[in-house]
Parts: sequence; C-alpha cells; structure tokens
Amino acid sequence: MVLKVFFPSCCSSADSGILIGRWISKQSSAVILAVVHFPFIPVQVKQYLGEVQRVTKVSVSVLGSWSNSKQEKEESLSEFLEDLGTIFCHEPWIQISKEGDSKFWSCSTLQKHSKNPQEEEIILVYYDQRKVMLSHLHPPLDTAGQRAEDASKLSAIFDTVARSQVLFMTDRYDEGPIKLTHWQSDGVEASIIVELLKQASVPACMLLTFLLSLVSGICRSRVLKFWPLSFLWSKLSTCEQLGHRLQHLQVISSNKKSQNQNQLMRKANIFVSLLIDMALGMLLMSWLYRKNRIGHLADTLIPVADHVAEELQDLLQWLMGAPAGLKMNRALDQVLGRFFLYHIHLWISYIHLLSPFIEMILWYVGLSACLGLTVALCVLSDIIALLTFHIYCFYVYGARLYCLKIYGLSSLWRLFRGKKWNVLRQRVDSCSYDLDQV
Amino acid sequence: SCRELAVRGPRLQLRSLSAATSAVWLAAYGLFAISENSMVLSAAIFITLIGLIIYLHFVKIDQESLLVISSLGIQVTSSYASGKESTTFIEMGQVKDVVINEAIHMQKVIYYLCILLQDPEDPQGVSEVVPLFQSSKPRLDCLIEVYKSCQEILEQRKTPPQSS
Repeated sequence: MVLKVFFPSCCSSADSGILIGRWISKQSSAVILAVVHFPFIPVQVKQYLGEVQRVTKVSVSVLGSWSNSKQEKEESLSEFLEDLGTIFCHEPWIQISKEGDSKFWSCSTLQKHSKNPQEEEIILVYYDQRKVMLSHLHPPLDTAGQRAEDASKLSAIFDTVARSQVLFMTDRYDEGPIKLTHWQSDGVEASIIVELLKQASVPACMLLTFLLSLVSGICRSRVLKFWPLSFLWSKLSTCEQLGHRLQHLQVISSNKKSQNQNQLMRKANIFVSLLIDMALGMLLMSWLYRKNRIGHLADTLIPVADHVAEELQDLLQWLMGAPAGLKMNRALDQVLGRFFLYHIHLWISYIHLLSPFIEMILWYVGLSACLGLTVALCVLSDIIALLTFHIYCFYVYGARLYCLKIYGLSSLWRLFRGKKWNVLRQRVDSCSYDLDQV
Repeated sequence: SCRELAVRGPRLQLRSLSAATSAVWLAAYGLFAISENSMVLSAAIFITLIGLIIYLHFVKIDQESLLVISSLGIQVTSSYASGKESTTFIEMGQVKDVVINEAIHMQKVIYYLCILLQDPEDPQGVSEVVPLFQSSKPRLDCLIEVYKSCQEILEQRKTPPQSS
C-alpha cells in the first residue's frame, strides 16, 4: 500500500532530530506529531513516550528521523540516523531530509524485515497542526454499529492530533531531558495591548460579577414576587429581554476560564453581540434626541390613539346594527356593543389624563435605549401593547364567550348522541336517558 | 499516484465590463436629469465599484482544478477572480467512480464530468452525484482527456502498485 506521511508544517524549519508520532498500520499512514532534538538519551525518550501514551491513550512512538542540514550532506550524520533506526526499532523507519537551501525534500523508508523488498510510493502531506488540533470532524449522520470500520479514515488522523494535547505542553525551550518542536515552538505573536487587556479584565470581571449579583439579588427579592406584579413582569417583553441580557452578562463576567473551544466561542459570541447591540442603541439614541424628535413623537401619539378609538367606535356601531353584525340577537348585540364602547371611552379618558406627562415619560424611557437596540425595540413593542390594551380586552372577552358557546354546544351534542361527560374519569361515557330526562 | 487537472474559464472581458458600467452610469445620469439630485451620481459610482468587487469575489470563477490522489481522495478547488479559493475534499472510500454524463438542456445535449459517491448500504448503488467544472463548462474533447487521466489514477487504488 502507499505510505502516507502527515508532516506538520511548523516542523519544516526545525533542527535535525527524530520524529515521534503515531503509526496507523491499517491505513499505512504515519502521523508525525513532533521532532525530538539532539542530544537525548534513548531510555528517557522511551520513558517519556510511555508516559504520554498512558495519559492520552494514543500509541505514540518513534517513527523515523528528520535531518535539516544547512551545509552539505554529512555522511556521518546520515549513518548516525540510520543507526538510530536500530535503537528505536520501528517498521518502516521513515527518513526525511532537507538539504541547505534546496526546496526539495527527500523521503525514504528503511524496511528491514519486509517480505517483498520493493520501492514503495510515499505521499507526504503537510498539515497545519494547530488548526487540525482545534477542528472537529463531524461524524456522519447515521452511525450504526457496523459502520465503525467504514467511518472516515481521515478521522483517525484528526483524532490523533486532537488527543495529543499533552505532548504539546513541553517545548524545546523548556529545561528537561526532552526537547521537542511542534506548533507551540513557533511562538504565538502577542501584542502588548492584548496582554494588558487580559490583565485588566480580571478586576473588571470581578467588579461586574459583584454588581450583577447585587442586581439579581434585588430582582429575586420577595417584594417583586407578589401576584399582580409577577404577572405584569411576565407579560412585559422588556422585563424578559432585560432578564436575558442580565444572564448574558453573567456568563461573560464569570471568573472561570472556559473549558473548551465551544465555550470560548460562545462567550466571544455573546460579548460581540452585546457590543454591537449597545453601539446600535447609542446610535439610535443620538438620532432620537436631536431636533426635539421626542417632542414630535409625543405630539403625534395622542391624535393617533384618538383616531384609532374613533375608527373602533364606528366599527362597533356598524357591527351592532348592520346586517353583517354579531348576529346572535338584538339584545345581546346591544349589550356587547355598549360594553365595548364603554371600554373604549374609559381607555381614551385615561390616555387624555396622561397626555401632559407623555413627553417626559418618553424622554426617560428613551434613555433605556443605551442598554441596547433590542431593549429599545422591546420598549416600543410594550408601548404599542399598552396603547392598544382595549383591543386586547375585546379579544379576551370574545374568546371567553366563544369558549363558553363551544362548551355548551358540545355538551348538547353529546346529549343528542346519548353520551355524558364523566367528571371522575375525565372521559365520555354512554348513558341511556329516559324520554322525560331528555 | 496523484495528478492535478485544471480548467481555466474565460477571463473577464473589457467590453462587457465597460458595457455594464456605461449602462449603470447612463441610468444614473437619466435619474439625475429628472431629480436634480447630485447624490444619484455618486451613488451610481459607489454601486458600480461595490458591484464589481462582489462580482469578482463571489461570482466569477477563474479556474477549477481537480486533484486526484489514489490513496487519499479527490479535491475540487474553485478559485475566484479576486483570489478566493473554495475547496471540497471527498475521501477515496466514498468515491465510486468518475464518469461523463449527458444531460438534455433545452434544445441541446451537454456533457459534464461528475463523481459518483458510494452508497454505504448498497455497494452497487450510488448515493450522490457531484458535478465538476460547473462554471468553466469544458467541451467533450477536454472532458475526455480529464476522464482518461482520472481513470488511470482510480485504477491504481484497487490494485497495489507494482514495482516500476
């Protein structure tokens, strides 16, 4: 079979050494995880690999040798590297070498105990170690038991790199018997600003957590849990949105570091969405508070509410009298119609009572837009809901009447069929009525 | 063992670019003549620039290439005119075959190269058909060359390579 060697791109500039990684014999592929540099003591290398194997459950072993010589090819070095093959016996022993400034690499294998000595084809694949380590390979949607062997072969490669994170913790700059080169050796470019931000974020997080715990303590106090108030809070969308935002802030300002990439991404996601929300909210505020727009809005609000009320009254008159009305009977029409008209009258009177204060209320409520555009939209939706509360009342009454009617009709229907609703058993039973009962 | 086949599409023509630009600018000038608002002209220039960038980055495919490695899989790369590359990799275990298919489109018959993916349950069945070279649409003679190359590589995955 063709031999596939997966080589990390960060090791292409490393000094000479031996290659360690995992050999997957079923696919005839070698996944190289790191390069161990000279000088090393073979016993210590084997011990270290044993420890790594115990912790990560990945069968890491010495796979071959890597030589990166800046000068001409040294014969002694190549012999030394071949002799290493006898100390760490691995079949096949992979030798990769790069000479001086040449762009081409040579990759060959030494097979000592092979049955058929033939020239094997080798495919060398570069991979970006950090990205492969962090990526998740999604399993196919239907994973049945017998498909385990058919599963993607490449998933073994991804799995190997992802599980060997322990190996990437020691570096060639650490003091120790083993000097490794892998993706951490390149060094991550860090900027001063990022480091300063990280240092500053710890006290900021603690302060934020403290403030949030105070606020949530107040919110959870018994005072706000009485029945009328709790019903109100649950109906207003602003309170719900504020509750969500509070929860988000708590997630971000938690002191624990995120366990894995998923949590980190979630935190970053929430943070960015909060920032954008606030920025848009500020934009809206700066637009709204110029040129006395709040005043204009307040001035147009009352006439609009009046106009809606007039239209509703016309509609009710039409329903009460005209042919296409509530066709039950004349008296019921009049009763319901007058009831709804009284409602509208009450509501409009309340709005007129409030009219001098509308502008001030709007001004202060508009300040809440600085908490975010979503909060501003919630407030707008709540204002509309409150202004059209009377229409909501009509809907509730209508729905209750309809429910009653349906209930009455269904019990009559059951009577007609000779069945009765059994309250104890919560089901319909048959019951034979006498003629005078019916 | 492995082979890469690339098909280039036609480049962006200068005359179509200038035709589109002049059409947009004439329309903008007409609007300006009606509305006397000079913002229309600057908006038209802006739209032309943004439209060109979007077209080059998301729509215009310069080159499509097929990399076949008999032991690993098949990789299909499309590179856009702005330099963006989008790749899809299909593992060799899932590939059943690479064939030339015919399709009847309006009044003509077109040929296209496609990869047949294996159905895991049924070894003889085909679960999916992945068409290749959809933007550059090479003609039959080109497709036959690509087909022959691919078949040589695909044959190697069944039999182990002999010593050369």
